[in-house]
Amino acid sequence: MLKIKEYVRAESLSQAYELNQKRSSRILGGMLWMKMSNARIGTAIDLSGLGLDQIEETESEIRIGCMVTLRQLETSETLERVSCGIVRESVKNIVGVQFRNLATIGGSLFGRFGFSDVLTCFLALDTYVELYKAGVMSLEEFAGRPRGDRDILVRVIVKKTPGRQVYLSHRNTRTDFPVLAIAVSSGSRGVRVIAGARPGRAVCAAIPDEWKERLDGSACTPEEMEKLAGELAGKIPMGSNMRASAQYRSHLACVLIKRGLLRLQKMQEEEG
Amino acid sequence: MTKIQISLTLNGKKVTEEIAPDLLLIDFLRNHRCYSVKRGCETANCGLCTVFLDEKPVLSCSVLAARAHGHTVDTLEGLQEEARELGEFIADQGAEQCGFCNPGMIMNAIALFRENPQPSDEEIKEYLAGNLCRCSGYEGQLRAFRAYLEYKERGGAVCAQ
Amino acid sequence: MRSVGKPIRKKDAQALTAGKPVYTDDLAPKDCLIVKILRSPHANARVLEVDKSAAEQIEGIEAIYTWEDVPQERFTLAGQTYPEPSPYDRLILDRHLRHVGDPVVIAAGDSEACVDRALKKIKVKYEVLPAVLDFHQAKDNPVLVHPEDSWKSLCPVGANQKRNLCASGESCDGNVDAVLAECDVTVQGTYHVKAVQQTMMEPFCTFCYLDTYGRLNVVSSTQIVYHVRRILSTALGIPKAEIRVSKPRIGGGFGAKQTSVSEIYPAFVTWKTGKPSKIVFSRKETQTASSPRHEMEVSVTIGADRTGRIRAIDVYTLSNTGAYGEHGPTTVGLSGHKSIPLYGSLDAYRFVYDVVYTNRMSSGAYRGYGATQGIFAVESAVNQLAQKLHMDPVELRMKNMVREGQVMPAYYGEETNSCALDRCLVLTADMIGWKDKYPCRDMGNGKVRSVGIAMGMQGSCISHVDVGSATVKLNEDGTYLLSIAAADMGTGCDTILAQMAAESLMCPVEDVAVSGADTDTSPYDTGSYASSTTYITGKAVQRACVSLVHRIRKQAARMLECRTNELKFDGSRAVNQNNGRTVTLEQIGLASMCDSNHALQVTKSHSSPVSPPPFMAGAVEIELDKETGHVEILDYAAVVDCGTVINPNLARVQTEGGLAQGIGMTLYEDIQYNSEGKLRNNSLMQYKIPSRLDMGKLRVDFQSSYEPTGPFGAKSIGEVVINTPAPAIAHAIANATGLWFHELPITSEKIAMGLLEK
Repeated sequence: MLKIKEYVRAESLSQAYELNQKRSSRILGGMLWMKMSNARIGTAIDLSGLGLDQIEETESEIRIGCMVTLRQLETSETLERVSCGIVRESVKNIVGVQFRNLATIGGSLFGRFGFSDVLTCFLALDTYVELYKAGVMSLEEFAGRPRGDRDILVRVIVKKTPGRQVYLSHRNTRTDFPVLAIAVSSGSRGVRVIAGARPGRAVCAAIPDEWKERLDGSACTPEEMEKLAGELAGKIPMGSNMRASAQYRSHLACVLIKRGLLRLQKMQEEEG
Repeated sequence: MTKIQISLTLNGKKVTEEIAPDLLLIDFLRNHRCYSVKRGCETANCGLCTVFLDEKPVLSCSVLAARAHGHTVDTLEGLQEEARELGEFIADQGAEQCGFCNPGMIMNAIALFRENPQPSDEEIKEYLAGNLCRCSGYEGQLRAFRAYLEYKERGGAVCAQ
Repeated sequence: MRSVGKPIRKKDAQALTAGKPVYTDDLAPKDCLIVKILRSPHANARVLEVDKSAAEQIEGIEAIYTWEDVPQERFTLAGQTYPEPSPYDRLILDRHLRHVGDPVVIAAGDSEACVDRALKKIKVKYEVLPAVLDFHQAKDNPVLVHPEDSWKSLCPVGANQKRNLCASGESCDGNVDAVLAECDVTVQGTYHVKAVQQTMMEPFCTFCYLDTYGRLNVVSSTQIVYHVRRILSTALGIPKAEIRVSKPRIGGGFGAKQTSVSEIYPAFVTWKTGKPSKIVFSRKETQTASSPRHEMEVSVTIGADRTGRIRAIDVYTLSNTGAYGEHGPTTVGLSGHKSIPLYGSLDAYRFVYDVVYTNRMSSGAYRGYGATQGIFAVESAVNQLAQKLHMDPVELRMKNMVREGQVMPAYYGEETNSCALDRCLVLTADMIGWKDKYPCRDMGNGKVRSVGIAMGMQGSCISHVDVGSATVKLNEDGTYLLSIAAADMGTGCDTILAQMAAESLMCPVEDVAVSGADTDTSPYDTGSYASSTTYITGKAVQRACVSLVHRIRKQAARMLECRTNELKFDGSRAVNQNNGRTVTLEQIGLASMCDSNHALQVTKSHSSPVSPPPFMAGAVEIELDKETGHVEILDYAAVVDCGTVINPNLARVQTEGGLAQGIGMTLYEDIQYNSEGKLRNNSLMQYKIPSRLDMGKLRVDFQSSYEPTGPFGAKSIGEVVINTPAPAIAHAIANATGLWFHELPITSEKIAMGLLEK
C-alpha cells in the first residue's frame, strides 16, 4: 500500500520544486498509478491549487496546464478542432469517465509509460513540454529522456501547426490498455508515424526519404501504402507481454499504419 | 507522519477532521458511514467507488482525502431522491441483481444525465464503460435508462403500459 | 396465476439501488480485528522456519499464527453435502505449500496498517520444491502435490493421491468403438477451457464474533451457510452446535462462494482470541487464492451416418483441480453427463475422465460447473460434423436433439419429462435470421459478418442429494414470514420463492416477508448451487404453503364451528358456507396466538430423485475484421426452456448475465501463469471481464415446457445460460474465417495470426 508521510498543497511552483528535490518526494498527478504502487513517499506535493487545470488558446498554440484531466482533453472543443479529433479518440477508451476525471496530462506524460495513449497522441501533434527548471523542449526530446528527474512538468504546449492526424488503436477489450496504438500525421513536418504500446514507450518511425515526396503528392495507391506500412512496421521494435506477442504487434502495426495513411489521404482529398 | 486537518462539504454538510496524509477518500467516506461507496479492486478498474468531487464523478479509491480539502463530495447517501427515481426503473427490469455495483453505477448515470440529458445508447455505454457489472446487468440497465429517459422526456409522467 | 409468472420487482431492490449498508463489510463491527494472510510466493515449498518475533512487537498486533498453531485434522472447503466427494486435503495452515498464494501465516491486529506492517516483518524460510504446473504431466508425476498420509477421500471417486489423481472414472452405454467404426463420418477434436474467474464484484468477505452464549457467530458472503458451519466445525475441531453462520446480501457469487474461501481465517482468530474479527479479501487475493473454474481439456469423437444421424459420442476429459480438490471429482462429471445427452438417439456413448492435482490455485464451482467446458467441446464438434456432412447445423440438430419423453442414458438414465429444446432452436434460428445469414457474408471492407449456433443444457439440482426446506408462518396481522436457507446472491430467489409462496397462499407477494439464510433460524438447505434453488427449495416452499393453508383452514373451522370442507378460504378470509359467517386471515392469525395448541407454522423439506435439465439454444452474429482479427458481437439471440418462468424479468437478466460471462470467457478472459506458477491475471487490470462496450446486443426469449416434478412446472435457469456462447461464437468465427479454434479465449491475435498462416 502507498504510504505518505506528509502532504503539501503547494502554494507556488518554486515551493513545489524545492520540496521535490528530496528523493523521497513526489509530485501528485491523478494518483491512479501512484496509488497502485507500494511507494513510501516522504512529501506528496499537490499542484492542484496553482490554477494549472486550464486549457488556454492563443493565436499560435494551445497551452495545457499539467493538472488538466484526460476528461478535459476529451471534451475540449479547441483540441478537437486543432487535433482533427485525435486527442478525444486517444483518451476516450481509457478505463472510464471517472478515471479520466482524475488522470492528468501531466501525470500521463511525465510517467512516459509504454502503454500511454496520451504520449502516442501528443507525439503526433507539434507538442512541447514546459518544465519548471529545464524550460521548454519538444515532447519528443522529453519522451526520450529517462524517468526519475526531479523537475516539474508545468505545461504542455501544442503548436497550431497546420496538419492532419489520425489515431488508431487495437485493444483486446474496449477499455483495456492498447495492444498497439498508431498515430499518423501530416503537415509542415511531413508525414509522421508514431507507434505506442509496443508495449515499450512510443516512438516515431522515420519515413524513408524515397517515400516522402510520393506521400506529399498524395499519389500513392492503396497497394503502395500497404508496402510503405509494411516497411515502417518492420522497423518498429516490438515486444511481447500479456496482451499480445511481438509478431502480432508487427502485423497490427502494418494494418493500422496502412489504415492511418489511407485515411489521411482521404482527408486530404475531401479537403482538397 | 504528520496528520493534517481537512474541511470539506460531504453530502451538503461541512465536515472537519484530522486525517493521515495517505488516507484515501474511499476510506474516509466509509468511516463517515457512506457505505454505498464500495471497494471492488485495487487498480481503479471497477467503478464501484464512484463519488462526485465538485460534481464530477471520480474514483474515490484513487483520491487522497487530503485532496478533497476545500471541495465538495457527494455520495449516493446524499442523492437519495435522484437515486430513488432512477432506482425504480432499474428495479422494474430486475437489473440491480446483486446490487454491489449499483451505487457506483447509479452515481455515474446521474452524472451522465446531468451532463447529457438525452444520450444515445452508445453514449450511455461509453459513459458507463468504467462501471463493471458481472451479473451482468448491462442490457437490463440500458433498458432501465431508456425507460427512465422517456419518463423524464414526458416531464415525469409514467406512461400506461 | 396471480404471482407466479409475473415480472415482480425484487424484494431487496429498493435497498440495493439506494446503496444501503446491507453487505458483509458494511455490517462488520467497527472495532473488530483485521485479519490478513501472508501467502506463499512459491508453487511448491515447505516452510522451514517462521520468525514472527519482530512482527509481534508491532503495536496493535493481536496474534500471529503459523502451521504450528492450527488443528491437524484435514478437511475440504467445498460446499457439498456430507460425505463430500471432494477429498479432505486441507489444513487451515499447512507446512507444505502447494501453490503461489497458499496461506503461510494468519495475522490479526487492530488496524489494517499495523497488520500490513506485521506481514512485512515476518521472515519465512522456505525449502523450494519442484512443482507440477502442466496438468498434462500431473498424473503419475514423481512430484506429488499431496504426499501426506493424512489425506483422505470420503467417497469412491477414483482418487489416488499417490498418482496426483483427485478423481477418475468411466461410464458408457453400448460399444462406442464398434459404433464409431461403422460410422460414415466422424469428427474428432480436443478443446481447452482455462481456469476463468467468477469475478463477482464483491470480493470474499467474512466477519466473526462470539455471542452472549460464547458461540461463534460467522457472518459471511456465502452461498452455503449450512455447509460452512460443518466445514468450520471440522476444521476448528469444535461442535457444530457452537457455530452459527448467516449471510447478509451477497455481491455476486456465481459459484465462487460455494467454496468456503474466506470464513476459516477470521473464524480461527475469533475462536482463539475471543474477539470479533474480519477479513476482506483484496481483489488480488480474490483473483489468485480463490475457487475458479476447473481448467479442462475435453476430447470428443462424434460419429454419424451419411444421412446425418449422430450415432456415437466419445468424450475424454482431463480436469485440473489445482492444489486442492474442491469440486474436482464432481465438476468433471458434468463435462460428459451434461453435454452428451443433448443428442437423443445415440447407439453408444462413452465418457472417461481424470482429475489431476497440480501446483496451481485450487479450482472450485463456477456457473456451468463442468457442463460449460463439455458443451464447448461437444457443440463445437457437432458444428464441425455439420460442415463435414455439408448439412445445415440447425437441420443436423433438429434431426438429432433430445426430445421430450426420451430416456437419456448419459444422464443417469433419466427421462426428459419436459423439453422444449426443439422450439428453442427454431425460435433462436429465426431471431438471428439464420436462413439469410448462414454462414457468412463479406462486407467488402476486409470485414466479414457470420453467424454461429449452439445448444446447451444443465440440471436443476443434484438428484438424491440436495435438500431444500422452507418454514412458513402466519403472523397475527395476516401476513406471512418465509424462512429459507437458500442464498439470494443477486439471483432474486428471495423474491421468486415469495412469489411461489404468495401463489400457494393466495395472497399478494408483498404479504410474504423473507428471512434467511441463518443456520440458527432457517430450516436446513444445502444452499444455493447446482441450479437447485427454484426447483428444490421452490418445491419445499410450495409444499410448506399448501400444508399451512390446510392448518389455517382447520383453525378457521374451529373459529367458525364447522368442518373444514364446509368452509371456503380465499387467502384473505374464510367463510362458513352454511351460515355465511366469516373470519379474516388477521383474526385467524390472532386466534392462533391465544389459547391455541396449533402453531400456524409449517416446515417442509424437499429432495428430488431427478434433476430435470433446462435447455436452451443460442445464436450469435459477429463482424470479424480479417486484418486485425477483431470480433465484434453484433447480436446474440438466446431462447431458454426453464419450464415455467416464475419471474420473466429475473429470468431474463439471469440469461443476459450468463451470456455476458460466456462471451467474456470466449473472447477476453485469458488466464496466464508464468513459468514459476504465478498467476499473472491478479487484478481487474490484467483480467479483463467485458465492459458494457464489449457485449453487443443480447436478445432473450423463452419457450416453456412444463416440468411435472418442479414447483408450478419450473426448472432451473441459473447455470444453463452460460453454456452456449463459447461454441456459438467459435462457430461464427469458423464460418467467417474457416478456422476452428479449440482453445478459449479466442483472441484477435489468434484469429489474425491464424489467417496469416492459412
